[in-house]
Amino acid sequence: MPVIIQAQDLTKTYNGVVAVDGIGFTVRAGEVFGFLGPNGAGKTTTMKMIACVSPRTSGTLSVFGMDPERQPTEIKQEIGVVPQETNLDPDFTCSGNLTTYARYFDIPAPEAQKRARDLLAFVQLEDKRDVLIDKLSGGMKRRLILARALINNPSLLILDEPTIGLDPQARHLIWERLRLLQAQGNTIVLTTHYLDEAARLCDRLVIMDHGKILVLGTPADLVKQHVGSEIVEVEKTDEVLACLAGQKIPYEVTGDMVQVATESARDVAKTLLDSCDIKKVITRPATLEDVFLKLTGRTLRE
Amino acid sequence: MMTTLWSPPRISRRAIKVWRRNLDVFVKTWKVNFFPPFIEAFLYLFAIGLGIGTYVGVIEGIPYVNYIAPAILAISIMNSAFFECTYGSYVRMYYQKSFDAIIATPLSIEDVIAGQLLWGATRSVISVTVMLPVFAAFGVISFPASLLVIPLAFLSGLMFAGIAMCFTAITPGIDTLNYPAFLFITPMMLFSGTFFPLTLLPLFFQYLAVAILPLTHLVAITRMFTLPAVTWTLGLHLVWIIVVTAIFCVLSINLMRRRLIV
Repeated sequence: MPVIIQAQDLTKTYNGVVAVDGIGFTVRAGEVFGFLGPNGAGKTTTMKMIACVSPRTSGTLSVFGMDPERQPTEIKQEIGVVPQETNLDPDFTCSGNLTTYARYFDIPAPEAQKRARDLLAFVQLEDKRDVLIDKLSGGMKRRLILARALINNPSLLILDEPTIGLDPQARHLIWERLRLLQAQGNTIVLTTHYLDEAARLCDRLVIMDHGKILVLGTPADLVKQHVGSEIVEVEKTDEVLACLAGQKIPYEVTGDMVQVATESARDVAKTLLDSCDIKKVITRPATLEDVFLKLTGRTLRE
Repeated sequence: MMTTLWSPPRISRRAIKVWRRNLDVFVKTWKVNFFPPFIEAFLYLFAIGLGIGTYVGVIEGIPYVNYIAPAILAISIMNSAFFECTYGSYVRMYYQKSFDAIIATPLSIEDVIAGQLLWGATRSVISVTVMLPVFAAFGVISFPASLLVIPLAFLSGLMFAGIAMCFTAITPGIDTLNYPAFLFITPMMLFSGTFFPLTLLPLFFQYLAVAILPLTHLVAITRMFTLPAVTWTLGLHLVWIIVVTAIFCVLSINLMRRRLIV
């Protein structure tokens, strides 16, 4: 698969603070590549460097084989961006937002009209075509931003938290649309805080923290490597802790629960029920969220 | 890739698309937009021209209304561009995040700011174009020389747009834009040879007005066109305006780049 984005030792410093600290990754054509991490991990900064709106401090970065600082116009012609902040133009209607945006890409007016119509249908906003932005719900705005990002038929989509603050219906619609776009051969790079979303959408992903990439892999591999296949959860009591120690089962304390990561939840649960005096045991498959919390800790971030 | 504040920015023809976006919005709401300069022309003419003018009578051998008509045009040129590129641009930049949205497309930040500056100058042109017929109807300006105020409005509108955009680029918030409005624009409106001749000021302030107040030069040229009474100093005033326009347009684009591209 051809390489779409390649970064090596990519670093970004703002006023002496290192936001992105020497990261390297490769995004291939047609894949959905995710950036996960707590707030302040450097995800958005990385997106901005790829989207040619923030110059890097050092390292190399290439998008479609071009340097974002030397050929930003050529790169931007081929990408679609969904920013974290809603920045639709409040002076225009839904349709007006799309056609005005189309003009920035040198798309002729009749073609822009046609694309605006098609894209409004694609994100199910046909009946809002002449409605001003103020009158849209949060979910409608995010859908319109997705439509706007597609106005130039981009081959690379950069999505910074595409489903932030959406209800489940709207999230599912966006997921479905993104899968459709991937099926059409688009490459998609996204950041998200929703780990179920990442697990669902991403072919490969990285987890970042403090500007560095901690791990890179497919969601399933990351879970297997870093947590195991299943999790057993029991209430944290002194007896349970003593019993687990006695049985030599490694565990992790999370709040008022104790978690045991294992290949076989059944065996661990049986041991616990048989040898320790436990009332309630929960077993569940390990998820990306377990990996995320294991790697980035449970401390709250700004 | 380091650019200093004085290096000429790289602007593409795409800047026109930003200008066009603003024009589209302006045209959509044309009724509210064309009305103010139209009313402004009437208000000034009645209050100052026919009110105060009755007592003043003649100033430097010119009827007072005819003396202040070019000043009203010049002030309108200044205000249109200045307020468009301070409050107008700040709202688009900070509250609407429009600049962020546009630089995600093939346009650069230089294109966006250049488009805003061109639009500020266009607002000045629109204002005087609406006011000229009113003054013509009252017979206080001469034609065809007064038509030269229209191209002049574009040039000097660009100057005030550039100056305004510098303030927008360095202001911490929208409230602090009141400072240049009160401390720069309002005094300039009164002490630039607008409603009374500069020669009434102490000599030091006359020099100061000529040296640093852009409106002084704009009023002087506008008056030469509307009376009409063109003298050789026209060239000097024009050169002053062109140089200041170039300086502030370049500076404002580079300051905006420094503010927005981090």
